[in-house]
Amino acid sequence: MSTTPTTFDEASLVAKAQAGDTSAFSELVSRYQNKIYRLAKHITQNDEDAEDVLQEAFLKAYEHLDGFQGNSKFYTWIVRIAVNESLMKLRKRRGDRTVPLDEPLDTGEETVKREIAVWEGNPEDQYSQEEMREILDEAVQSLKPDFRTVFVLRDIEELSTEETAETLGISIPAVKSRLLRARLALREKLTRKFKRKGEDVFANL
Amino acid sequence: MSLLTCKQFLQELNDYLDPSIDPETKRHLESHVSQCPNCFVVVDTTLKTLKVYKGMEPQPVPEDLRNRLWAAVERKMEAKKKKVQS
Repeated sequence: MSTTPTTFDEASLVAKAQAGDTSAFSELVSRYQNKIYRLAKHITQNDEDAEDVLQEAFLKAYEHLDGFQGNSKFYTWIVRIAVNESLMKLRKRRGDRTVPLDEPLDTGEETVKREIAVWEGNPEDQYSQEEMREILDEAVQSLKPDFRTVFVLRDIEELSTEETAETLGISIPAVKSRLLRARLALREKLTRKFKRKGEDVFANL
Repeated sequence: MSLLTCKQFLQELNDYLDPSIDPETKRHLESHVSQCPNCFVVVDTTLKTLKVYKGMEPQPVPEDLRNRLWAAVERKMEAKKKKVQS
């Protein structure tokens, strides 16, 4: 091959793929497959479902590529497809109980117990990448699906508040309040893990 | 503007962490953090929490799954090609 596909930006890859260039689509797959797989694993919390989501998301994207307008980023589009597939899997696993994605929530932080302690240095220096991944994944898994999904989209996949709201079909205030709850809950969990030992500085205040 | 309580501050924490926040709101929130060691620690550890998550690269898709994905994509491409030709 004479070209180096990695030098193409996303928009030109999409245009090429739409014009029938299969290698351009393959490049898009290889560019985003790891992220889409991580996203699917985070939301479904099930390896088998995540594998299905990964395949179905890219197959659907390919199938509907001609309909992709290009007014959003391809990445946002594929994320949206993967989130929808993941939520469907999640609903299926939970039997006929629907996931109440737009259920009103109390936004007060009372329910989040607060751990006030500084962290012991930089955790990345103290744990291997594998250990860190495990700790971080476990913390995300402990969140309820509504919070988990918003956190994953906003803070891991870095979608905007508006994109997240649109992807999940919920309001912007709902995204904001869930993100706040998720962030505080994760901060709490990680602080328990990473805090400077024997130094709950403000515990008695 | 009156000084915020910790509860009020925490409800605005996302805005405080948002780089696009307007300067006046930022100052108002800052006035609480600068005087409240607890909220200062919460801000600091929340920022660190976000940093560790953002710094985590996704794990590569396992090879056998990657192969299955490629095979499925290729089948789809073939099918589309045939459809266009016919």
